[in-house]
Amino acid sequence: MTPTKTPPSSFDEFLDGIWKQNPIFVMVLGMCPTLAVTVSAVNAISMGLATTFVLGMSCMLVSMLRSAIPKQVRIASYIVIIATFVTVVDYAIQAISLDLYEALGAYIKLIVANCVLLGRAEAHAAKNPPLPATFNALGMGLGFTLGLFMIGCVREILGAGKLFGVALFGDHFQPWVVMVLPPGGFFVLAFWLIVFAAFRHFGNKRNAQLQGAQP
Amino acid sequence: MSMELRTSPHQHSGRDVPVIMRNVVYAMLPICAFSIWQYGLSAAALILVVTVSCLLAERINNQITCTVNTLSDWSATITGVILALTLPPSFPLWMGAVAGFASIWLGKSLFGGLGQNPFNPALIGRAFVQAAFPTAISTWAPAFSAHRFSEFIPSSLTAPFMTPPDIALWAKQQGIDAFTGATPLARWKFENISASAMDFLTGHVTASAGETSAILILLCGLYLAARKFLDWRIPVSVLGSAMLLAWVFHLVQPERYPSPTFVLLSGGLMLGAWFMATDMATSPVTPRGIWLYGALIGILTVVIRYFGGLTEGVMYAILIANAAGPLLDQFNQPRILGGKRGKS
Repeated sequence: MTPTKTPPSSFDEFLDGIWKQNPIFVMVLGMCPTLAVTVSAVNAISMGLATTFVLGMSCMLVSMLRSAIPKQVRIASYIVIIATFVTVVDYAIQAISLDLYEALGAYIKLIVANCVLLGRAEAHAAKNPPLPATFNALGMGLGFTLGLFMIGCVREILGAGKLFGVALFGDHFQPWVVMVLPPGGFFVLAFWLIVFAAFRHFGNKRNAQLQGAQP
Repeated sequence: MSMELRTSPHQHSGRDVPVIMRNVVYAMLPICAFSIWQYGLSAAALILVVTVSCLLAERINNQITCTVNTLSDWSATITGVILALTLPPSFPLWMGAVAGFASIWLGKSLFGGLGQNPFNPALIGRAFVQAAFPTAISTWAPAFSAHRFSEFIPSSLTAPFMTPPDIALWAKQQGIDAFTGATPLARWKFENISASAMDFLTGHVTASAGETSAILILLCGLYLAARKFLDWRIPVSVLGSAMLLAWVFHLVQPERYPSPTFVLLSGGLMLGAWFMATDMATSPVTPRGIWLYGALIGILTVVIRYFGGLTEGVMYAILIANAAGPLLDQFNQPRILGGKRGKS
């Protein structure tokens, strides 16, 4: 990789959130919904999309208001902005699907306490213009969704023998009870963390080799 | 005259990790043989599959982490054999393989390999399958069935990821009338029926593959202790504290609590005390720490059996004591020779 002087484009920032700075597997943020609602792939995706919406909208607003918000009360202001969109999502999900609303339970309201959101608002949106801030936030949100989906898939396949509610193995599948229990969340999260860490490790090695080969 | 300069130690007893581990495996062979004699093909296949999956997990781990081959230190073999002996003989083989991989990867590799693991790997594997497959791990097959050397227990050969068939029907076909499908501990807990000591000694009870013959386990353990391959203080304090506590309960309420002999001989206490609690990597090293560690296991076992939801408490007792091990060591450092009294 050659070092660039130019600031990263919005699209680069979008991709960063999905892979290089994935909020779950690289930054290890937002562990509460990660462990709690990933029992099935559908739950995981809807939780991820809800978070993405809140993240995108609140980061856009924070970025627009960044010069108007006094530094002393910025955290409180971010929380108010985030809480507004969480309320919107909360009512929206309740209206769209009551089953889903009940499956996700308190975790929709707890999006407001998700550190990914406050982290993005503080670290990125408050320092950048609206367009890059929104792109970055959407990338992070999709990365979060991807992470939840990867955990949810494994837990649903092993824990229920299904994917998106469709039985994969026939009637006699033996569910791994542990996978739908809290320990299963930790096991699967740990598994993906190892996979991501291994990717980064071998990627760094290859980069080092490539740089070493150049004079 | 040539002189060779070397740092200590200057003498080595010749007992390194592979030698110790290999001898522990030898000591477990009679228990395996007895288990196979009792349960036939299914027990043999279970021991084989679990051990091979442990070895495979270790080998794959070596390959991924590019470390030296650690199969030759026999530790994975020992994990596999112990794990197989703690599983019910009718356990589906594919679940046995899952248990083997879980014990090596979750119990050992993730912590950095042999000696770094805070918990006994075999018990981690068993705890994992107990949480994953609670029904299969509490389904017990009758011992000494008629065709045990010519056919498998039907649940053994379940296809991977499938539910094992019910073995109650099969048990009936074997002509065993009095088969209850419950271990003596469960029968005591839920029906208040105590099994006789003679049944335990001859193996006429339903139990995990390797925990039926208390006397055989005792002999194998004594052999290891005599050759100093395990610390005799651990089994003594485990069994002693369990027996003492059970005796106190029995004295207070003899109709409610079973006799100390029952507590000692039933379930996995013998196997756990001699072969799992004594794991060198996961037990304390200070003299007082060792006694406390053993006592903790014995007390927790009795408490879980008497007051917990589970019928058998040895596994969790040992895992909890493993976790407490480093703390016990830290609080019980022996006085350094020449150091002041009252100061550690």
